Amino acid sequence: MDDMESARPQQTVTARGSGLVACTRCSRVWPADRDICGRCHAPLQSRDPTALSRVWAWMAVGIICYIPANLYPMLLTQTLLSTSKSTIIGGAIELIHHGAVGIAIIIIVASVLIPMGKFVAIAYLALSLKHQVKLSAAARHRLYEYVEFIGRWSMIDVFVVAILSSLVQLSAVAAINPGPAAITFALSVIFTMLSAQSFDPRSIWDAEEEDTE
Amino acid sequence: MTVDDTPEDEGELIACPQCDALYRVVSLDHGERANCTRCHTVLISSRRRAFARAAALSLTVVVLMIGATIFPFLSVSVAGLTNSSSVLDAALAFAGGPMFALSVAVAALIVLIPIARSVLVLYVLTPLVFGRKPFRHAVDAFRYAEAMRPWSMAEIFVIGVAVALVKVADLARVGFGPAFWMFAALVVVIVVQDSYINRWTIWKALDRSRQ
Repeated sequence: MDDMESARPQQTVTARGSGLVACTRCSRVWPADRDICGRCHAPLQSRDPTALSRVWAWMAVGIICYIPANLYPMLLTQTLLSTSKSTIIGGAIELIHHGAVGIAIIIIVASVLIPMGKFVAIAYLALSLKHQVKLSAAARHRLYEYVEFIGRWSMIDVFVVAILSSLVQLSAVAAINPGPAAITFALSVIFTMLSAQSFDPRSIWDAEEEDTE
Repeated sequence: MTVDDTPEDEGELIACPQCDALYRVVSLDHGERANCTRCHTVLISSRRRAFARAAALSLTVVVLMIGATIFPFLSVSVAGLTNSSSVLDAALAFAGGPMFALSVAVAALIVLIPIARSVLVLYVLTPLVFGRKPFRHAVDAFRYAEAMRPWSMAEIFVIGVAVALVKVADLARVGFGPAFWMFAALVVVIVVQDSYINRWTIWKALDRSRQ
């Protein structure tokens, strides 16, 4: 697991610093004036000045969708004796009452902590480009990788609702149907994933370089 | 590494897609990986017969996914009533009314995208495995396969199934169909398949064989 050889470990040479533009899809390097990658046909842009606006825009719609996702019911459960509607948090609390604490924790982590943490983390990363922050570029890059990796897992609750609603259809005895929160929650996850994808991690390091110069 | 002022072939260089650090490409032995010194992103990984293995695993994904979609997935029974559901039923749970879009999205995330990605990888790698010229539009095919990567959520669906089972357990008796085990196996295969797909090596191979 050797790292790439580096002559001056403190000062990293970047593609942009060398008058080149790198393809973020296939890692091929081109002269700075080229605008389409000859290898994988991706559009080339050394730094995208609109990236940050897209990050904020996707995040804003993500947050807007996240609010009704928590207020409206996710599941509508009908049994012979009762009809109940449960929201994300309500469903988790029900699970705790049934003794399934582990599963309740999975739901709370995937549906509450991860989305909230993602909003905070992306906002922090975006703000750190313009303002002085405590975390080093390496630490912020790691944070970005966590956000990218973990964001998709919020979809768990949508899949749980999908499985339950298709499985539990036993006429009058028991029936589970999806509530309106399922769709807004799914949208919220999709929009925050797009927000994270719009962020250009190279800009974390650019700010660092400008500071050391 | 240092970059000299002398002009050289840019094809010999590799830039970290995550942090833009520039390196000269080194040749690796099997089992070695080259990481970016600054942000530790894996730039190149070399594995023995990676193309053949990735292609074989992609074929496995396609076959398992077809099976997992057709066969019964789970069934519940309570008070003499039984209902069984396939993976497609789960995806179509939202099909009625305004939730239709969500059905399409769920079907895409758990079935269509994983299967499409594997078909594309197969299309790209099969000729390379046999040392032939890549098929037409192989570059575009691999580009789409890469773009789909974050949206392939089969493994997340499996965890969702586990959670759903706990919720149903005290409401009804649950039975497992063959598709359940196929889907479980599928997730393992997808993870292994991913580890054999090294973007840089594949792009390089597509590039070289075109010239």
